[in-house]
Amino acid sequence: MSTDTPVDPVPDRYREVQRSAEFVGLRKALRGFVFPMTAAFFLWYALYVILSAYARGFMGVKLIGNINVALVFGLLQFVSTFAIAWLYARYADKNLDPVSDRLRAQVEAGAARSDAARSDAARSDAATSDTATGSEAVK
Amino acid sequence: MNILAAEAGDTTARTITIALFLAFVAVTLGITIWASRQTKSATDFYAGGRSFTGFQNGMAIGGDYMSAASFLGIAGLIALYGYDGFLYSIGFLVAWLVALLLVAELMRNSGKYTMADVLAFRMRQKPVRTAAAVSTITVSIFYLLAQMVGAGALVALLLGIRPGQTFLGMDAGTAKVATIILVGALMIIYVTVGGMKGTTYVQIVKAFLLMGGALVMSVLVFAAYKFNLSALLGDAAQSSGKGDAFLRPGQRYGVEAEGDALKTFYSKMDLLSLGIALVLGTAGLPHILIRFYTVPTAKTARKSVLWAIGIIGTFYLLTLALGFGAAALVGSANITAQDRAGNTAAPQLAEALGIRYLGGDLGGATLLAIIAAVAFATILAVVAGLTLASSSSLAHDFYANVLKGGQTSERQEVNVARISAVGIGAVSIVLAIFAQNLNVAFLVALAFAVAASGNLPAILYSLFWKRFTTAGAVAAIYGGLGMAVLLVFFSPVVSGAETAMFKNADWQWFPLSNPGIISIPFGFLCGWLGTILSKEPASEEQYAELEVRALTGAGAH
Repeated sequence: MSTDTPVDPVPDRYREVQRSAEFVGLRKALRGFVFPMTAAFFLWYALYVILSAYARGFMGVKLIGNINVALVFGLLQFVSTFAIAWLYARYADKNLDPVSDRLRAQVEAGAARSDAARSDAARSDAATSDTATGSEAVK
Repeated sequence: MNILAAEAGDTTARTITIALFLAFVAVTLGITIWASRQTKSATDFYAGGRSFTGFQNGMAIGGDYMSAASFLGIAGLIALYGYDGFLYSIGFLVAWLVALLLVAELMRNSGKYTMADVLAFRMRQKPVRTAAAVSTITVSIFYLLAQMVGAGALVALLLGIRPGQTFLGMDAGTAKVATIILVGALMIIYVTVGGMKGTTYVQIVKAFLLMGGALVMSVLVFAAYKFNLSALLGDAAQSSGKGDAFLRPGQRYGVEAEGDALKTFYSKMDLLSLGIALVLGTAGLPHILIRFYTVPTAKTARKSVLWAIGIIGTFYLLTLALGFGAAALVGSANITAQDRAGNTAAPQLAEALGIRYLGGDLGGATLLAIIAAVAFATILAVVAGLTLASSSSLAHDFYANVLKGGQTSERQEVNVARISAVGIGAVSIVLAIFAQNLNVAFLVALAFAVAASGNLPAILYSLFWKRFTTAGAVAAIYGGLGMAVLLVFFSPVVSGAETAMFKNADWQWFPLSNPGIISIPFGFLCGWLGTILSKEPASEEQYAELEVRALTGAGAH
């Protein structure tokens, strides 16, 4: 199942798109943001839970009046959650949406073309790989 | 100062609560009937016609997610145990980042009506859809039971019916059963008549009510302390009798047992286990996942999660004011006198605030009644979402795709979904009546653990791992689900402890109440092992289709 096996003689349009430089870039842009960000917030949250379990003296240190480290740490989890959500929204608007819109238009236009050409013997092999779910995609 | 016992206040509060509750029921039934006229296709029934805006769906997600466990449970935990209750608020909120970053948009693009649409996309339909339906129904029933039993107990408490007293000729026991049946009947009507559209509007209305109620109470609490958080905390710590320890973690979770290192170790593991399940469970809850299908595009799905994070985050911040406010203004002795678990802390706080600001006993009774009605609305919106998720899965996954191999008409499928909703509702009513005197609060935590252990691994592998196979998906779901249920069955929440569901029996050997720390890695491991050991390779074509569709939205339903 590695990608260096010989190219399928009947490449379907999804595989074509999947291999296109633009799609590879989109995947990279998505994963490059969401994977590190997930790791970051998970570790940050885990640190908070671990400190709550094992560092109670530190968590109990009072900062201002009765407001202690534990409360501030907890509130910072809210701040980081809001901040990451906002950052992702901005990132997706700028770096993901334009590319995915373009690719969608391409796939759907290609699909319409290959459907129109379904009767055309020369192009029929491109359409034969339509699976049940694949043909639903052009509805 | 046990105000609920004051006869005059009792009667006023009951009358107002019931009037408000009936008003809520009337409005929501009206919406449901209106929604039923708009519900023609299967897409309307399962996904509300995919016509909701980001804000509407964000509110509905809030209404679906913030259960009685959030509103009454967390406020009560903070009121009785201080800081530890806040751990729940944080876990329940941070969890939304998993949904936002990894799941919501990709799922919206590649699925149709249920969680299994995505899981089974590139797999053999029957085994994967069966597993997903089993898991969906298990998670939803656990959650439903906890909510319905909670509703029954709540009514007896909020209407002030205690053993020996009667209300409309019903004693406490009868009132509990009547409430469970009423809640069950309403949720069946919302779902069968209104489908996803009706359910969504019920959830939106509830979210407005809940946010409004929590905001008003929080402002009043802060006003009592001249908007000085430190003064509020100080007063709460003082009246708790625990001093500064009340403001630190450790009163409830990860309790240190003096001189018993093993017990302390287990207790801290339990805290970590709970923390992990809270944060990873949300993105695997079927009733939350199907909400992403109610919007037209992935971008709207993203917007709805952003709204949800804002709404849910604000609400959980307010739990600080509600919980510490109840600790300071009501006091733990008054709370535990009413309910040992603290579930009435928020309504009792409402009463105290009403007496203080709205002119004496009548004001107290009024605010109590309003908050009690909000609590019922909260429960109704959540149980409707759960019933819809499980009946959708039963009809779309099990009936249409497993039993009939995909050869049914939309009409038939929706009819089966409606019948399933009646069936699931009826089963939940009966189970809840049997379980009404058992301690089933752990079922919500168990639902999160199962969702995190079985569903989440399957979803993440499906979306991101090219090699993932049918065997892997089935192994992840049954492995994670089975391990979570097994460990809980042998844990102190089911037997062998004072607070256990069966306190007179003892087959407990697993030391933790929360299975997540074992069952979640186990679910991921099963998915991985199932995949590398399976004989049939994953289909590259189908992964290409899933990936392109998920990332671009091409051909999205």
